[in-house]
Amino acid sequence: MAADIASAQKRAPWILLSPSLTTIGLLLVIPMMFIVVYSFWLRTATGADQVGFYLDNWQEVLSDVFYRDILFQTLKIALYTTIICAFVGYIPAYFVANTKMRSKTLLLLMLMLPFWISYIIRTMSWINILGTSGALNGLLLWAGIIDSPLNMLYNQTTVVLGLVHYLLPFMILNVYVSLEGIDKNLTEAAESLGCNGFQAFREVTLPLSFPGLAAGSLLCFVLAAGTYITPLILGGPRDAMFANLVYEAIITQLNWPLGSALSLVLLAFLGGLVVIYTRYLGVDQIAKSFR
Amino acid sequence: MTNGWSWIRIATILVYLFLFAPVAVVILLAFNANQFGSFPIEGFSLRWFNSLLHNDAIVRAFKTSLLLGALTSAISTTIGTMAAVAMVRYDFPGKKAISSLLIAPILIPEVVLAVALLLFLQFLELPKSFGLLLMGHVVFTLPFVLLVVQARLVSIRRDVEEAAMSLGATPIQTFFEITLPLMLPAVMAGMLFSFTISFDDITGTLFWKPGGVETVPTQIFAMLRNSISPEINALGAVMVIFTVALPLIATAIARHMSAQRMKAKTQN
Repeated sequence: MAADIASAQKRAPWILLSPSLTTIGLLLVIPMMFIVVYSFWLRTATGADQVGFYLDNWQEVLSDVFYRDILFQTLKIALYTTIICAFVGYIPAYFVANTKMRSKTLLLLMLMLPFWISYIIRTMSWINILGTSGALNGLLLWAGIIDSPLNMLYNQTTVVLGLVHYLLPFMILNVYVSLEGIDKNLTEAAESLGCNGFQAFREVTLPLSFPGLAAGSLLCFVLAAGTYITPLILGGPRDAMFANLVYEAIITQLNWPLGSALSLVLLAFLGGLVVIYTRYLGVDQIAKSFR
Repeated sequence: MTNGWSWIRIATILVYLFLFAPVAVVILLAFNANQFGSFPIEGFSLRWFNSLLHNDAIVRAFKTSLLLGALTSAISTTIGTMAAVAMVRYDFPGKKAISSLLIAPILIPEVVLAVALLLFLQFLELPKSFGLLLMGHVVFTLPFVLLVVQARLVSIRRDVEEAAMSLGATPIQTFFEITLPLMLPAVMAGMLFSFTISFDDITGTLFWKPGGVETVPTQIFAMLRNSISPEINALGAVMVIFTVALPLIATAIARHMSAQRMKAKTQN
């Protein structure tokens, strides 16, 4: 009887885990291994796939200046987005963590709201603001500052703007979580030892909030660098990002081997970042913001 | 110091404005009577909502999204909750590795995930279908359900369950009579979360959707690319109501009900 219970105890977690492990195994692990293999196949002129070990796709992806330029542009856009999010997001996170106002719960709830509002709605909403018949042009025309509507949309700046708008809540929430975990006595101790308010912040609060800042930055960078919708909606024809190349190769050109190689390049860059991050900081910090 | 704090407060208000003003403008324009659906505001009107209702493509997209969201959330909440129970309640070899594996879909760029799944199923000669869309959404929402349910599960005390078992309840009875009711808020949170993610998803959906099938986000995307139609703002407003107002109402009702139950208990 006791042995029965013990072995049931041993089996129970595996029974509970089996559906999700099967799902992830069949629909994620095997497909991921599959595209590695696929990237060495060849798409022939007839549109059939030539099975084999060809390095043509990899050669094309790794040597073509076109792909390299877009990769750099993608990383640059993601970097700008992350830096802006870090600076702009730190302030409200600090405020919400330290405010003694009763509206703190409301402010927190409002930080969660953007996660529930569709990404595409939030992205396209900027057309209403910056478009030729948008709010900003309307205001400037009405105030007599300009005579004809300005073309503010469809460039790299609006792509970064859209990404910042989409990703800022991720940053704020992560920074907030780590700020909230800091013992308030520490800053008070620093101040009683002669630090002024800013010094106490720089020497105590900022270093202690670094894990949250790092987690937020990782999320912002990876999500920004992996997007292809924002450049399609808010960018011009020359603002394509790397994921747009993947979409073009797979959906438009139906060149799946090439698309596989391209997505593996993207994965190598972004996955590499995630691996470095988890090596040093652990994956727990990201999970924390779900509590 | 107080001066610095008031700057921080002003900056915070500005950031909140930045986050919400554009969405507020979408909702404002959805009710605008102007025939192009853009500025200036010419008066209150429901004409765009009315034309949404008569747009077959949009109604169909809406039905697809609702069905997809409901099925995704049912499947991934069920299997995600099971995994969360295993993670929180049991110790077993390889726990850390399995945990990382199960949240891998968050760490892999969604585009790569989409390509991998699409190409694998195409290789198996399974055509793009609603089923593929569903599988993709389940994979993509599963880690979020796992994290949310796991986080809330940690705070449920074990001694209630142990008490039930020591009073003679079987493990299965204990689960359905004790654990599940206590877990319900966590499970509901997971369900809402996965529904919202599925309902809003576009990145993977554009890869997986069969020709002619649209979800609300891909429909909006197609409308944006073809022509700027004033109905988009109304559709956006409906989306916001669906993914924001509904969860808020659901939370309020759940709070109200548990408050009532507490009241009833204390009266007894």
